[in-house]
Amino acid sequence: MTIQRRKLKNKAINYIILMAVAVIMLYPLIWMVFASFKNNQEIFQAALIPSKWTLSGYINGWKGSGQYTYATFFKNTFLMVLPMVLFTVISASFVAFGFARFQFWGKKVFFAIMMACMMLPNAVMIIPRYIMFKDMGWLNSYLPFIIPCIFGGGSFFIFMFMQFFRGIPRELDESAYVDGCSAFMVYLRIVMPLAKPAVFSAMIFQFMWSWNDFFGPLLYINSVGKYPLALGLRMSMDVNMSVSWNNILAMAIVSVLPLIVLFFTAQKYFVEGVAATGIKG
Amino acid sequence: METNIKRRKAIINWINKNKGLFFILPWIIGVAWFQFYPFAKSFIYSFTNYTLLNQPKFVGLTNYIRLFTQDMEFWPSLRVTGIYALVVVPFKLAFALLIALILNMKIKGIGLFRTLYYLPSILGGSVAIAVVWKILFMRDGAINGLLAYVGIGPIDWIGDPKTALLTICILSIWQFGSSMVLFLAALKQVPQSLYEAAIIDGAGKLQCFFKITLPMITSILFFNLIMQMINALQEFTSAFIITGGGPMKSTYVLGMKLYTDAFKYYKMGYASALSWIMFFIIICMTLLVFRSSSAWVYYEDGGDF
Repeated sequence: MTIQRRKLKNKAINYIILMAVAVIMLYPLIWMVFASFKNNQEIFQAALIPSKWTLSGYINGWKGSGQYTYATFFKNTFLMVLPMVLFTVISASFVAFGFARFQFWGKKVFFAIMMACMMLPNAVMIIPRYIMFKDMGWLNSYLPFIIPCIFGGGSFFIFMFMQFFRGIPRELDESAYVDGCSAFMVYLRIVMPLAKPAVFSAMIFQFMWSWNDFFGPLLYINSVGKYPLALGLRMSMDVNMSVSWNNILAMAIVSVLPLIVLFFTAQKYFVEGVAATGIKG
Repeated sequence: METNIKRRKAIINWINKNKGLFFILPWIIGVAWFQFYPFAKSFIYSFTNYTLLNQPKFVGLTNYIRLFTQDMEFWPSLRVTGIYALVVVPFKLAFALLIALILNMKIKGIGLFRTLYYLPSILGGSVAIAVVWKILFMRDGAINGLLAYVGIGPIDWIGDPKTALLTICILSIWQFGSSMVLFLAALKQVPQSLYEAAIIDGAGKLQCFFKITLPMITSILFFNLIMQMINALQEFTSAFIITGGGPMKSTYVLGMKLYTDAFKYYKMGYASALSWIMFFIIICMTLLVFRSSSAWVYYEDGGDF
């Protein structure tokens, strides 16, 4: 009886800790949602729930810079992110298939280089990349983001696909080869259909990272008409500073809404993807 | 004639044997183009006075010497970055591990908490959250509003050089989700039988943690430590959006200095030298952790990478 009671007490304590941490962690997000429905004066009052709900933040915020609304910024973000996601999945899985399934000349060295690239600090390559893209006339377009995705798509995704492919039995490949399949057909018809979870994980992560990316667009995009959301939001902040915080908050929510929807519909792949390869912070 | 056929056969043979190369070809091109070339090029730039307007001229070690001896911003910036990394990395890992331990318990509804705890990490890197942070921590913002209830403040979080860096650190620590998920995966791998044996031998909970759990997850701890360190030393976005490097350069991390020198003043050669110093620091720290790892990281398979 006492043991049972102690167990119950422990359980209650656990739940209380879990709840408390959850509230502290999510407070900024909860606050953000409520505050976006407040009017501008009320944002700086301690009360969480708005006394008068208003949509003016959303309506005024959406207008953006006047010349360009958030519709443009959304369109631009999709124009940038969707090709990145598509090419990353195709290219990274293709390369990973080569690494996971074949022996070839220099494989160990190539693999070591790939893993090392994961730890290579970006900071050291920013400047020459910028100059290179400038010389090629790629500035103010989405090519600096999309083209690298066509060529490998980054070590993280290659490694993630590799880890997944390792779990697919080789006997399947071999029986396909016996039936006269080429290596490419094995990749397309056997391995990829079985790797759907990895494909989803890769899509989600690339979507999330490129959606949130700020530094890249800051460097490469310089006309407002091509701004993705991250830059649009910062511009609103600079323009509206100290004037209409509710507009900015409302647009901040709108800009992460696709991420939140994605997270809740596909959260299984989020957690699994991180756990499977476990990179990136 | 015969040798020709032989040679052709040999080539076909080689191609057949090295089919894998065909698959990794896109990556080889990508690495050469977007990693190796810029990597080597920035090293070369770092010895020039390139500014985008002039032709790069070789100036030897001038950039490095100037950074170390004349640049008034370099050492303070390095110090700020060091403090930032020293605060963020341990706290982030500690929180991630603590929460992972709690989430590893078999309680009903744990999946929901896992989801909620991961949410900040999905959004954390975005400008949207940096904006929210800025408003929350303003002098008359909601954080001070809450603190007023317990009689603290008001604190000028962003305006005071003493607390501005802390505000940015908190934002980064708040995003411990992906480290947490990794820890969680590692915790699930620890064999239950070890705990059972320990409990029979009379071990307490703390003992179990320090003698079993911690040693068994060191490989993930090691990995998290390295990745978080590399990220922390290159921090940029939050400082750029929330404080703009100020007040009084108290949040002017190396990432900000790199951006300002290169893309505001177009001192490409000079900034390249700075980036190589950053690279060198990151490599040294990484190697240091790698070196020390044999003493504290435990690999089930003996440590074969």
